[in-house]
Amino acid sequence: MKNPAAIGQPLDRVDGPLKVSGAATYAAEHQLDHAPLVGWIVEATIPAGRIKALDTGAAEKSAGVVAVLTHNNSPSQVPFGEPDDEGRFTQSRAMLGSDRVRYHGFPVALVIADTLANARHAAGLVEVSYDPAEAVTTTGSDADEVPDELDGGLDPDVTRGDFEQAYSESEVQLDVTYTTPNQASAAMEPHATIAEYDGNELWVYTSVQLIGPAVEVLANTLKLDPDKVRVLSPYIGGGFGSKLGLHNEAILACLGAMHLERPVKVVQHRRHVFHNAPHRGNSVQRIRLGASGDGKLKAIGHESYMPRARGYAFAEPTGASARTTYHADALLSRHRVKTVDMSLIDSCRAPGHSIGSLAFESAIDEMAYRCDMDPVAFRLVNMPDREPASGQPFSSHDLAECLREGAAKFGWDQRDPTPRSQERGRQLVGYGVASTIRMNILVKSTTRIRLSDDGSLIAWANMTDIGTGTYTILTQIAADILGLPAGKVSIELGDSAYPASCGSGGSFGAGSSGSALRDACMKLREKLVDIARKQESLKDADFDGASFEGGNLVLGDKKVPLAELVRQSGHDYLEVDGKVEPGEDHEKYSQHSYGAQFAEVTVDRDTGEVRVRRMLGVFSAGRILNRKTARSQLLGGMVWGISYALLEELMLDERCGAFVNRDFAEYHLAVNRDIPEVEIHFREQPDTHSNPLGSKGIGELSISGAGAAVANAIYHATGVRVRDFPITLDKLLEHLS
Amino acid sequence: MKPFDYQRLAAVEDLGQRVSEGDRFLAGGTNLVDLMKHEIETPERLLDISRLELGQIEDGGDGGLKVGALVTNTALASDARVRERWPLLSAALLAGATAQLRNRATTGGNLLQRTRCYYFYDTARPCNKRNPGEGCGALDGFNRIHAILGTSEQCIATHPSDMAVAMVALDAVVNLRAPDGSERQLPVEELHRLPGDEPQRDTVLEPGELITGVQLPAPPPGRQLYRKVRDRSSYAFALVSVGAILDVVDGKVDSVRIAFGGVAHKPWRARKAEQALQGQKATEENFLMAADAELADAKGYGGNDFKIPLARRTLAAVLRDAAGAEGETTA
Repeated sequence: MKNPAAIGQPLDRVDGPLKVSGAATYAAEHQLDHAPLVGWIVEATIPAGRIKALDTGAAEKSAGVVAVLTHNNSPSQVPFGEPDDEGRFTQSRAMLGSDRVRYHGFPVALVIADTLANARHAAGLVEVSYDPAEAVTTTGSDADEVPDELDGGLDPDVTRGDFEQAYSESEVQLDVTYTTPNQASAAMEPHATIAEYDGNELWVYTSVQLIGPAVEVLANTLKLDPDKVRVLSPYIGGGFGSKLGLHNEAILACLGAMHLERPVKVVQHRRHVFHNAPHRGNSVQRIRLGASGDGKLKAIGHESYMPRARGYAFAEPTGASARTTYHADALLSRHRVKTVDMSLIDSCRAPGHSIGSLAFESAIDEMAYRCDMDPVAFRLVNMPDREPASGQPFSSHDLAECLREGAAKFGWDQRDPTPRSQERGRQLVGYGVASTIRMNILVKSTTRIRLSDDGSLIAWANMTDIGTGTYTILTQIAADILGLPAGKVSIELGDSAYPASCGSGGSFGAGSSGSALRDACMKLREKLVDIARKQESLKDADFDGASFEGGNLVLGDKKVPLAELVRQSGHDYLEVDGKVEPGEDHEKYSQHSYGAQFAEVTVDRDTGEVRVRRMLGVFSAGRILNRKTARSQLLGGMVWGISYALLEELMLDERCGAFVNRDFAEYHLAVNRDIPEVEIHFREQPDTHSNPLGSKGIGELSISGAGAAVANAIYHATGVRVRDFPITLDKLLEHLS
Repeated sequence: MKPFDYQRLAAVEDLGQRVSEGDRFLAGGTNLVDLMKHEIETPERLLDISRLELGQIEDGGDGGLKVGALVTNTALASDARVRERWPLLSAALLAGATAQLRNRATTGGNLLQRTRCYYFYDTARPCNKRNPGEGCGALDGFNRIHAILGTSEQCIATHPSDMAVAMVALDAVVNLRAPDGSERQLPVEELHRLPGDEPQRDTVLEPGELITGVQLPAPPPGRQLYRKVRDRSSYAFALVSVGAILDVVDGKVDSVRIAFGGVAHKPWRARKAEQALQGQKATEENFLMAADAELADAKGYGGNDFKIPLARRTLAAVLRDAAGAEGETTA
């Protein structure tokens, strides 16, 4: 019988019962022997300048207040951004380190009290006056700084062939500019930390995607020995990039704990999160496409203009979609940034492809109509046989098949190709498509496993599960390889004391940490077989056909329980280390996951209200590790794509550098009623180059393209092309007479 | 949250003379408590009225209904009499907030909820409603969700209630009780005020005056419809909403009542549009003409300019539906 925990099976989340019963303790819920003190962040109300005066007298006298930390009394720190040869997740993130205000919302004080209510009230009593400095809070196409590199180590500029010539000689041309707004990661769990310090060791219970860098950034900021810093993050309520690096409240909680030598908890209020956690910057994307009369692309040009937070080296590779999706004779991709005095700008789910595809896949759609071609057919005639930007061969390429299969399943041929030709009562009906592509990354990762003499297995790594299902897929990998039931496998994650792993981000978590675990399990299998070989009773057994099933080593008709092999080893348990790191396959091949997404929308002729009526995606992401959690990942990305197309926008008040809609009443995310029937199909084709498991990244796949499919459906419904996301009804209304 | 006193009232008579200036009544608390956490509302004392006997929906005589101030939004929306005879009110209630909030929010509290203007909520930004004389952040800032009718240079905030829009169209009346025990009645239409140069005052209530209930008169003839236009399909405040009751006899408008939400500092009774339609043929042209009559004085502030054509088109669409034309509308 097939192991119900085998790789690929839709095993329920192993941590599900803990989560629904409240037994999974998230950062702010961690229970100490004594209740921690509670800190509340006081935010700067100017975008740049210096603190002129701080009066904390009234706050200090307020009920329950234990301390008010400011730059005048907080523990000594390394200045923000140092050392500058460290990466952005490990260089100092000093808070309250000087009188300088870095951005609107930057912490200027932390009020620490016995209760949340007392801390929050006293925070309102802190009087701050400022010497404002000239601040840059406007962004746009005037960005002209060339970043050293883009996120993921990509070059800011890539050129192939002579773009200007190829473009100017093209029979069909398109030159359009798209804009996407500032966006928030909007994780359900706000950024939260409890810190405990005994004068020697610092223990930090937090919600962070990368544990290793979190230890380093604390050591680098607070002048501590990394060996004295312990970071724990066993459960995370969503991060989406905003919890890659350690965030403001964590540093503040540590400062409080070190100052008082008492545990301090700081949970960002939802209104804090918008400024005290990173966001995605807005983009201006100029796209030029040139094609011959038969729809073959001759020239692809993508120029991106985005803000970059002062002192923080993150630049989003918005041109990623333009660089990788279609073949053209010539390619031009260029990224420029503008340094602004705004809160940190960093990764948000699928940096590059998510908002890059919003613009680029919309422009591709425009070009299809301009060439008088069906949008699916246009995409199919422009499939690349090598990666356009690097010229490398693909490890595998399945985009064309995703498009064909998706079109068939969606009923694309039922569509009247003419824009604004389909009506249902007062509703205009449209169908849209977009290609989906997202790079596959492998990151060095290690793990340790232990098989005990009761036949149970435990695995440790400082990996995190950000809600994606890491605990579950790791359970399956071990159970599958060692032939164990899921109940015999324990996965221990989220602790800096465990072996160094890749962490969660960039869709690399499952493949990388899973491959390290696979390595350990394969080595353990060898070890178990070696032990068996030494058994007199097994000397005639069929070792060539050795397999692992039902907690046994199976040698032909002989079954030996793994527990017995452990006992025969002479030890209480067997321990094995596993690891994976990128090798030749990642140098030689361009690796991606693929998909095609289709949407049907209606647009109300009277009011311009857009509703997505159904959506379908076909995805090719190598071997699927768990069809249930994989589906959830893809579903979440599609929901987010709908949200990007129609709703999400941080409104930046340029007068003060603040986002004005800092709550979920006015920062609109898609809600249940916005999401229609969503169909998801896998094309399961293990990639022989991606990693030893044959899996590929899935977490950021569907958000790349989903929004464009919706936008393209809106165009098909209305004949109106809105190039300024999100496509809210006010942008459609005047065209719907 | 600023420290405050708390007192629970057992009966309306308990109010007596005990209400003083720094008091606020607490019912469902869905808006007030939130605003207190932000220290936008800083009462010295909360008078908890949630145990008062004001939770009944009763026959109001003359075919009307008497709704206690503590009737929850859920209870009111699902009352069989309301669903049958005042479907406009039921629809408006169900278009607001979420099931969880509607289970908690009360009739009186819904009427007194405060604006959702971004700048009202952001205590680091100027707001004349929060701090009179401080200035208005929205006037030259983000005002996509703001008012187009009855604004002043002091304030362009909107009233966020859906329920109140329906009540204004239905000629509902609020029952009020003053601290001295005296009672008065006021049309819901006159309860809320325009901002003028006192935007801090949302309503005409006197200090300590308590809403004890709402009287719904017998519904007028005609089809009742509520349409809420918003950015997402749930859990969003109206960009524009329209409540209408239209009775067409022999192709002509015999009676019509219209109220707008999301366009002003108060639920906006569209009397000019009603007058323009009275006795006219129920045609698309006349619906648009009526909308134009109402919106002649409308003013946009940049971000909300689209609300003027949106209000016009939404009104025409609602009247068209009410007049019986077939058509699928956005859910």
